[in-house]
Amino acid sequence: MSQLEIKDLHISIGDKPIVKGLNLTIKRGEVHAIMGPNGTGKSTLAKAIAGHPDYTITGGDVLLDGQSVLAMEPDERARSGLFLAFQYPSEIPGVSIANFLRAAVQARMAEGEELDASGYYKRLYAKMDLLKIDRKFTSRAVNDGFSGGEKKRCEILQMAMLEPKIALMDETDSGLDIDALRIVAEGVNAQRNGPSAPGILLITHYQRLLDYIVPDFVHVMYDGRIVKSGDKTLALELEAKGYDWVKQEFAAATA
Amino acid sequence: MKPPTEIETAATENPVVGIDQTAGNFSYKVDYAFDAGTGLNEDTVRYISSVKKEAPWILEFRLAALKKFQSMPMPTHWATKDLENINFDKIRYYLSQGQKPKRTWDEVPDDIKKTFERLGIPEQERKFLAGVEAQFDSEAAYSNIKDIVAKQGVIFVNSTEGLREHPEIFKKFFGKVIPTGDNKFSALNSAVFSGGSFIYVPPGVKVAQPLQAYFRINAENFGQFERTLIIADEGAEVVYMEGCTAPKFSTSTLHSAVVELVALKGAKIQYITVQNWANNVFNLVTKRGVAHEDAEIKWIDCNIGSRLTMKYPGVVLKGERARGEVLSIALANDGQHQDTGAKMIHAANNTTSNIIAKSISVGQGRSTYRGVVHIPKHLKGCKNNTECDALLINTNSRTDTYPAISVRGDKNATQHEASVSKVSEDMIFYMQSRGLTEAQAMSLAVNGFINDLARQFPMEYSVELKRLIDLEMEGSVG
Repeated sequence: MSQLEIKDLHISIGDKPIVKGLNLTIKRGEVHAIMGPNGTGKSTLAKAIAGHPDYTITGGDVLLDGQSVLAMEPDERARSGLFLAFQYPSEIPGVSIANFLRAAVQARMAEGEELDASGYYKRLYAKMDLLKIDRKFTSRAVNDGFSGGEKKRCEILQMAMLEPKIALMDETDSGLDIDALRIVAEGVNAQRNGPSAPGILLITHYQRLLDYIVPDFVHVMYDGRIVKSGDKTLALELEAKGYDWVKQEFAAATA
Repeated sequence: MKPPTEIETAATENPVVGIDQTAGNFSYKVDYAFDAGTGLNEDTVRYISSVKKEAPWILEFRLAALKKFQSMPMPTHWATKDLENINFDKIRYYLSQGQKPKRTWDEVPDDIKKTFERLGIPEQERKFLAGVEAQFDSEAAYSNIKDIVAKQGVIFVNSTEGLREHPEIFKKFFGKVIPTGDNKFSALNSAVFSGGSFIYVPPGVKVAQPLQAYFRINAENFGQFERTLIIADEGAEVVYMEGCTAPKFSTSTLHSAVVELVALKGAKIQYITVQNWANNVFNLVTKRGVAHEDAEIKWIDCNIGSRLTMKYPGVVLKGERARGEVLSIALANDGQHQDTGAKMIHAANNTTSNIIAKSISVGQGRSTYRGVVHIPKHLKGCKNNTECDALLINTNSRTDTYPAISVRGDKNATQHEASVSKVSEDMIFYMQSRGLTEAQAMSLAVNGFINDLARQFPMEYSVELKRLIDLEMEGSVG
């Protein structure tokens, strides 16, 4: 069973420590939610694991199926099975979603191996049907002029096509109205079953996403660490009591 | 005859269209039967003219051009100082194995044939071309046109043959679109020109497949000065494509062509260039067409390689309702300067012109758009659209836009748009996080940037252009 192990991870931006010793193991097929107040290091965690050059790993390790990914380039990490769904996906003018995904699929093939175009489109259309995405969507340039909802659906489609072992979903609910949120959540849920279901790390500020994507585990992150873990009821408790409750507990524990 | 010796190889794959830079980076040792030596003076010009057995008027034309060339200053007051690094005394102005091109590949000498086979030219000819001319240094080694096209009266030969066999057509148009003294390099070309294509398409004939010329520089310290003249008679249509490569020598090479197009009433000419010179080639080319009443001239100009390219294809819109178009793509990688653009001279009522220029600057590469649009006051109903888009990759690269648009009078319309965009680190990271390497990500960003233009190119060329960009981006990742 594929899994991602995050061991005593420390991450800095410049000289500033952001993540300060975080431990978490995500198995394929599981959905973990990380919640926490703004500025606590949730997005930093996701981007650093994906290999963003702005973040420095100052301690600990990240292992995918027992292999450390820290020495790998972002693209090697992706090809070995990591996927980051961005909070703010980049626009790529002039490159259609179909061509972009095709290049990404091709990049996962051995050198000299040619992509079977008709097989590719068959698979793409099957995924689009699963996610209830209109066929015309893939001829549009990646994220170029997309609404917030369209950008997130584009991320979910890419995730479905690339079939990662582990997907890190960074604030997937931000900027979505309730209808868009429901559609995106359905897209994620559609990928939760079957042998190719990824392990998912959902990063979110709000409980409402978890009404639609019900997590197996909920973790509360504060000041660069996981300070509390539990099942989905923890999210509801947080919703009721607010983050101040966590802050006070944390302050009491470290006092 | 001894087998050709390979001097340098870098390429392993044999590309279909054969104009990528790695594939062009090789040269074979060739024994030249005709060599004008090094440096330029009257004797050089007389030598070239006598080897070609030219009529006296041509020699006079050349000698007058030489005087003009010698008297004109380098245009460094507006262009780059890099021009001063051209040493005219160290260049070889004429090298050939003979003046008569072969009609079949079997007759082409082995050492030259090997070069073109490696570049994939005979294969392309079979696949999708109506005719091919393959120039090796100063002269065409091969030139052929499909029977079906020849039977329609289409003439497709090199300039030497054109002058010899069709002087009545040649002389009427030669040097009329681009006079000798147009600029220093057109004067140089007029003095020492050799090779290039002469095409005449009779009235009403529409050539279904493209005609292609392939220009190859093989020798070091060499100057290639081809001269092309294309005439589409009334209602005729023709598509001409040219490809260029040279090996990477340690010393610089000069390519200075003159291309003149004449589209008579209702004719259409489309001229496509995919230039991929090695990055030590000075590429200083003058290209201009005259479009008569209801005629259309379209330049598609892709400049990928070279050390310095200065090229501004132009259309003189001479007849009413004439249309001119320039679609230009330039990619300046480290150590390269692409100074390209377009000229649209409106000289009749209701003429329209369109310029779309896209430039990409990578690393220390520099690209410049330089354009002229001229619509005089007495005309009416003229329209121009100019769009210049620049893409910067890495913060060191530089781009400049110098659009000179002079539209006088109130019965004409022009619009100009310019944009500069950057391939950001975030965009590259986004693509990398999907599994693309940094080079693949940059290449995709560049291809996306030029996509709407490249779609207008013939299939074979847009595929090749994409491949060229992939190669350039691979080389630019540190």
